[in-house]
Amino acid sequence: MSREQKAVERARKAFLTGRSKPLEHRIRQLKNLQRFLLEREKEIAEAIKKDLNKSEAGTQLYETLGLEGEIILAVKKLAEWVAPRPVEKNLLTISDTVYIQPEPLGVVLIIGAWNYPWAVTIQPLIGAIAAGNAAVVKPSEVCVHTAKVMEDLLPAYIDKELYPVVTGGVSETQELLRQRFDHVFYTGNSMVGKLVMEAAAKHLTPITLELGGKSPCYIDKNCDIPIACRRVTWGKYSNCGQTCIAPDYILCEPSIQGRVLEEIKKSIKAFYTEDPKTCPDYGRIINQRHFKRIMAMTEDSTIAIGGDSDESTCYIAPTVLKDVQVNSKVMQEEIFGPLLPILTVSGVDEAIDFINKGEKPLALYIFSPDDKVIKKVIAETSSGGVLANDCLVHYSVSALPFGGVGNSGMGSYHGKFSFDNLSHLRGCLIKQLKMEGVNDMRYPPHTAKKLFWARFFILKNPDLGFIGRMTLLTIIAVVAAMVLQRYLQ
Amino acid sequence: MASQSEVIDRLRATFRSGVTFPEQFRMTQLQNLLSLVEENEQLIQDALHKDLHKPKFESVLSEIQITLNDLYFAMENLRTWMQPEYNIGKNLATRMDDCFIRREPLGVVLIIGAWNYPLHLILLPLVAAIAAGNCAILKPSEICQATEQLLAELIPKYLSQDCYAVLCGGAEDTKSLLKNKFDHIFYTGSQVVARSILLAAAAHLTPVTLELGGKSPCFIYGHIDIQKAAKRLCWSKFFNTGQSCVAPDYVLCTAQTRDALLPALRETLQTFYGPDPGASPDMGRIVTPRHWRRLMDMLEKSKGKVVIGGESREEDKYIAPTVLVDVLESDALMQEEIFGPILPILTIESLDEGIDYINRQEKPLALYVFSDETSVVTTVLNNTSSGGFCGNDGIVHMALPGLPFGGVGASGMGSYHGRWGFETFSHRRGCMNRSWLLERVNVLRYPPYSDYNLGWLRWATTFKKNSWGGCSVISLQLKGRRATIAIHPGCGFSSVFTAASQWSKPASSTRLALTHPIRSV
Repeated sequence: MSREQKAVERARKAFLTGRSKPLEHRIRQLKNLQRFLLEREKEIAEAIKKDLNKSEAGTQLYETLGLEGEIILAVKKLAEWVAPRPVEKNLLTISDTVYIQPEPLGVVLIIGAWNYPWAVTIQPLIGAIAAGNAAVVKPSEVCVHTAKVMEDLLPAYIDKELYPVVTGGVSETQELLRQRFDHVFYTGNSMVGKLVMEAAAKHLTPITLELGGKSPCYIDKNCDIPIACRRVTWGKYSNCGQTCIAPDYILCEPSIQGRVLEEIKKSIKAFYTEDPKTCPDYGRIINQRHFKRIMAMTEDSTIAIGGDSDESTCYIAPTVLKDVQVNSKVMQEEIFGPLLPILTVSGVDEAIDFINKGEKPLALYIFSPDDKVIKKVIAETSSGGVLANDCLVHYSVSALPFGGVGNSGMGSYHGKFSFDNLSHLRGCLIKQLKMEGVNDMRYPPHTAKKLFWARFFILKNPDLGFIGRMTLLTIIAVVAAMVLQRYLQ
Repeated sequence: MASQSEVIDRLRATFRSGVTFPEQFRMTQLQNLLSLVEENEQLIQDALHKDLHKPKFESVLSEIQITLNDLYFAMENLRTWMQPEYNIGKNLATRMDDCFIRREPLGVVLIIGAWNYPLHLILLPLVAAIAAGNCAILKPSEICQATEQLLAELIPKYLSQDCYAVLCGGAEDTKSLLKNKFDHIFYTGSQVVARSILLAAAAHLTPVTLELGGKSPCFIYGHIDIQKAAKRLCWSKFFNTGQSCVAPDYVLCTAQTRDALLPALRETLQTFYGPDPGASPDMGRIVTPRHWRRLMDMLEKSKGKVVIGGESREEDKYIAPTVLVDVLESDALMQEEIFGPILPILTIESLDEGIDYINRQEKPLALYVFSDETSVVTTVLNNTSSGGFCGNDGIVHMALPGLPFGGVGASGMGSYHGRWGFETFSHRRGCMNRSWLLERVNVLRYPPYSDYNLGWLRWATTFKKNSWGGCSVISLQLKGRRATIAIHPGCGFSSVFTAASQWSKPASSTRLALTHPIRSV
């Protein structure tokens, strides 16, 4: 048996003992996870620095702060989420107990990504634990040091049989995907997403895919351009552009392109100094393969800001490309790097048409002082999520579902959505063996009279107002009494 | 005759035009679908009788009425369902912002129907797809030819032909249909086909809803009115000749209960169908000779003892309501979903034995428990998993539009009925409209990063453990400088901080002046 198979078997055995289900267990594990994040801050930050060259404050801000928030929310709300949810009844079931019971699925596989290795690997784990599942965590092998920290230190805090960390590369992931899970949660790119879905299909396993796409950013000429550009700069160059919801490209009118360039330049200087290469708050590209991929994209466009690079350290300066054309290299795939193309459009209509020609993105950004413009863009486009007048921060609102649509993914999570996504919502109806007289109408031998009464009881008529409904209810109550008298033994 | 891709392209072009989005359009189409069903009841009953020998009673209740109910429910609630959801909890940093969740149409969806309830299994998903603002391609089961033809004829007559189309055909046609890209695929049927559908969907990253099946166990345990239980069991088992995805597949009970159950079953069957069920107009038939053959094979291979029924007739695909006892786990009847009028009874010595047995199998679509004892019902509920659950009755839980109807594990993924269907065919888009104000609070997140800023951001964005949740943000003009005061009651004290900055200075020279948190008495 392979190492991966063993881990999955152990997790399943542990799940079948039932110990992941009680509320106290889930809360305890979540609190332990929280303790882990606080006590091991140093190790986490060191690993991230080695993997992604992120500063310590940067790590907390982007990785662990969000996780702590999610854990606190889950611990606070878990009793409420886990409770049976009441449901609307119809006349025939008025005396019955009807509710939806959230239940654990079983063993969940979580495949993390390298760009925010803690955030996108642990946040689904929070949901899995909260929902009462066991979870096999497969961190990205690209972040070698972070994966090691997870493998070495997590088992000291959370149940190592229920939530094993399995590290490895492509072949280990493939071996994991051969096993049977009750849900597979994948964060990464569309290409691998398709392979994950195919593997899950063999076991009829439901999946959540958090993918990506080219997230457009429309800047209205009437907006407060300095503030807009500052927010876009922050959104774009955080983590060196390696964010699934980074604003991929800008759409704006030609008349403001110059101003936009000016303001972005100012913001870059304010954030990362004159020489971003020496600034501790500016990151690096994850590896040489991606470095080459991104640099190749600059070949057929005009560089307006930045453009310098250093392959030996995988450094690419915060770069802005202007007057970019639709068929240029930088517009063919998600950039996932610190290149910001600006495409000019004649107005919001052309921007909407352009956006709709591409695949549905994970995020969509609109900067405008006019709510009408914002509403229009929202109504005429589709995307995983929308954020107006800022970048990235919708990710931090736990009450908003975070996920893609179409090519940008399927399923969503964060907050209660994580819990629901990794639960089975079981519909339950508990009747009594009374009121059999009413039930009699449905049994054979079927007669026209029985059919009439059956229809009468279960028919819903939308044209009745409140008074109509009350009248019908009264009539039916009387009829039910009469029927009971006739058919009761 | 338009090809598959021509039809799909036409529907996609219509969807792009946005015509399916407005509430009025969706209501009109739902109203038209309502008329389709109401005005053609007789034709529908005739088609169902031709295909499945379905008694009129069953056609009305389980095909026509359930569709009408779902339509009424959707039309009544459409406006509410379409409303953006605003009531969302926010943290301090996002308090001034507008957060809401929109339900948006997905695009062109594919609905593949099944043969056992050929009308409602394709129309109920259609109701949800229309309500959610999509265009839809219907692929009815080719096994029920009369119903398939009827749908192909009526749908274009009543519904917009640019938005909804019926494509008929067999397995090969379905395969080629699946090569196209859809925005959602809704399939009702078997696990084997479901796998190939999921694989086809993976190529396009299309989300899928699978309504499959399984062996739905039925416990009869503890103190129970055996007569009433027998009636409800017989009704749910032999409805549609046992060809229901949620039919109780087999019974688990003690030997004692079994001995009391058998005479009750005999009596009930006699009352329902008379001495010769084959002559009763209320008894249906198996759908095709191939399915009949499959059931007869299972019956022949079974090592159980037939105690009721067992008769059959190949000419009209008739199998009598049949009950077997002394059936073991290894029996031929226990290897796959029966989907016919054959009811095996397995004897258990304890509830735990039965629960263990169930948990060794795949998760079923439905699970039933007949018992007067609440503890029995609760024990089974808490120790098993299934798509849905019904205590002291069979099938009827699926008639409640408030309950999500769907499977788990091998019995399926996703759910529908009522609002659940609407959600299935919608994209839940999280939207946030940030305020242009509070840029001074935003400053906390920009580089150069500092622990100081991080501390405040942490405070502003974390949910407090015992907080009352309320918070006020006031913006004041104080001596020419703008001050923003946040008062956040929580944990028994109020924290007040003042952010003072000059409005026009660039971000790099902005500094926050902070006062200490004030503890109130």
